[in-house]
Amino acid sequence: MIKDLITPQNANVFVGKLGDILEKAIDKPLGYAINWGRIWSLWPVHIETACCSVEFGAASSPRYDVERFGIIEAFGSLRQCDLVVVQGTITRKMAPRLRLVYDQMPEPKYVIAMGACAITGGLYFDSYNVLPGIDGVIPVDVYVPGCPPRPETLIQGCMLLQEKIKRMKARKFV
Amino acid sequence: MSSDSDKETIEKKPEESKPAETKTPEKPAVAKPAEEKPAASKPAPAKEEPELPAFEKGIADKIIEKFGEKTTISFVKPDRVGIKVGRDDIHDVAEFARDTLNYDHVDSVAGVDYPTDKEIEVVYHLSSYTDPTLSRQVLELATRAQREEDPIPGNDATKLPSLRDIFYSVEFHEREVFEMLGVYFEGHPDNRRLLLPEDWADLPPLRKDFRNKGR
Amino acid sequence: MSSPTLPPGLAIQKADERIMTLNVGPQHPGSGHMRIIVQIDGDYIVACDPDPGYVHRGEEKMAEYRNYTLNVPHLERPVIHDSCNILYPYVLAAEELLGLEIPERAKYIRVIASELNRCIYTQYWLAIYGIFLGHSTMFMWPAGDRELLIDLMEKMTGARVTHSYFIPGGIRNDLPANFEDVCLRQVNYFEKRIKEYADVFYNNPILISRTENTGVLTRENAIKLGTTGSVLRASGVDYDVRKKEPYDVYDELDFETNVMKSGDSYARSRIPWLDMMESCRIIRDALQKMPKSGSVRVKLKPNPKGEIGSVYKRIESGRGALGCYIVSDKKVEPYRVKLSVPSFRNLIALPHLLIGEKLGNMPSVYWSLNYWPVEADR
Repeated sequence: MIKDLITPQNANVFVGKLGDILEKAIDKPLGYAINWGRIWSLWPVHIETACCSVEFGAASSPRYDVERFGIIEAFGSLRQCDLVVVQGTITRKMAPRLRLVYDQMPEPKYVIAMGACAITGGLYFDSYNVLPGIDGVIPVDVYVPGCPPRPETLIQGCMLLQEKIKRMKARKFV
Repeated sequence: MSSDSDKETIEKKPEESKPAETKTPEKPAVAKPAEEKPAASKPAPAKEEPELPAFEKGIADKIIEKFGEKTTISFVKPDRVGIKVGRDDIHDVAEFARDTLNYDHVDSVAGVDYPTDKEIEVVYHLSSYTDPTLSRQVLELATRAQREEDPIPGNDATKLPSLRDIFYSVEFHEREVFEMLGVYFEGHPDNRRLLLPEDWADLPPLRKDFRNKGR
Repeated sequence: MSSPTLPPGLAIQKADERIMTLNVGPQHPGSGHMRIIVQIDGDYIVACDPDPGYVHRGEEKMAEYRNYTLNVPHLERPVIHDSCNILYPYVLAAEELLGLEIPERAKYIRVIASELNRCIYTQYWLAIYGIFLGHSTMFMWPAGDRELLIDLMEKMTGARVTHSYFIPGGIRNDLPANFEDVCLRQVNYFEKRIKEYADVFYNNPILISRTENTGVLTRENAIKLGTTGSVLRASGVDYDVRKKEPYDVYDELDFETNVMKSGDSYARSRIPWLDMMESCRIIRDALQKMPKSGSVRVKLKPNPKGEIGSVYKRIESGRGALGCYIVSDKKVEPYRVKLSVPSFRNLIALPHLLIGEKLGNMPSVYWSLNYWPVEADR
């Protein structure tokens, strides 16, 4: 009888319903498992915006080795990425591009604002071409202060993000 | 040591440029040297003759000899020679500097805005790789364009002849000066925007009447 | 191949269905902070239009609102991993305008800091060059060895990359105790270490086949385009500002400049590496000749005012000749500060090198120009 109900046309609906049921039934343990998977494979997009990218590069270097903490090296294709590390100043020319990159990324996606310029405009508070912080362009999860932040600070910011993801609700897991 | 001579020429400039404007607003520097040239070339070395470096003086004299009243020496310092040229003659002087004086490239092109003089100065720093005697030298060619109160970059009187056909290396520098100060370079093949955002509609930012926010 | 008579940029006359336009960047592993618009015919680049300006922060305008000392921190931001060198011409020019004569010891310490910073810069550049060529070991080695020198600089200045160490009037603080010994040891180890790069990178047949005879810049074109630094010296022009127009104490130090004749990507990638060895030599020499004690800074008056006039100073940075032009009008703030940066000067060579090249060679040619987009945009 159930066999008759499921046709190729409404199969998607049934799968979706099944997902809802699963989410309600085993929300906590399944969500935990999914979040656990997410926090150890954060792929940052390869988008450099300013001078903080030097310290971002240093964080991948053998001494700091951010890969130990589940942040994998910057990656070219943004369709496979789930983390934007905004590496410094966002200028008026870069802001639309940053938004475009963010919009093209699949959910779930997280943003780390690295450096004083990305948080408030920093040293360039009175410059004509620099945005006062990136909050107006994309939503930010973690702020990493410093000018530029040391690689340790960036790693701490990444770990804070992992803490945050751990407590997030893994809603869109189906 | 050369500060005295600098002070002289720069302080002279406003009072000199005023009569020049009344005569010919288009080419102020041509009218200027007519009065200044004997003052600048003869008494200045007499004052500080032991201090003026000979080689640099030679370069400056060669230019003065060739172009006479059209150019003015603004300073002669160790390794640095500053020449002021009117906008109509900058092309010829640059060609002379390349062909006869062996300067072969441009280090930088800087635009400076002088709102009180109603002029925008464009300074070319010429230098040479091929001539070993010139390897320490930088020749500053300064020329001035008319400044508009309400600039429409590219469509107003703020224009200068481009030096790109003489020094190929000025290409990006002149594009930068165009967007930063609104000086249009006639004869430049590619006067597009370079650094500023595509939708920049404000004044050119390095003009003095453009103020940064909160300043 | 390509000649400077070709009009730059989008030079295609008629629309051609064979031609495809590609945007490389600003989000691209092979572009950095800029966009390169290339038009390709099959695999060959037929037109190239660099589009910088994504990090244009208006440094030159900001410098008009700050006094000579306050300008130091933000003017080093364009190249934070070469921050001593980008401040150098500004500081020299400001000193001439303010009429300061700096102590002998400060000059030597400046040279040491500048050479250490050149190594730090070049190591980072080399690491990224490794990434661009898909050579991960070449990212790990320089990025790791660079930390040794960063430790030294941190000991010296207190900051990892943004040192703000050079100020008008000298340097900010004296060397810490026992610095000379530590520096000598680190530099000796560093020199031994970079020599090993030849085995893994410079003698690597894959690297040689990818970079040799790609993006050849002839001597005439290098001069005509006004390129500078390693790009110029790779094309056979022996021009180094440290030699030709020695500033501070470079005329007393013993070093040589490296020149290669081929002008291809390989030569351009090899010259900075050879320069690092010369830097080690300079540091050792300077440590030996440095006065062991003495003041390192001239006390500045509060809000010093520059003499009326203009100064243009040049130095040799990690990328090439770096000029700073300051116009002063007897005010606390400079009237105009213009940085003539080597990246911006080398950028003009990019279209000429890329036209006629395969698209796959673009990263190696582009990064061999020793280009740092943040500096070019200022």
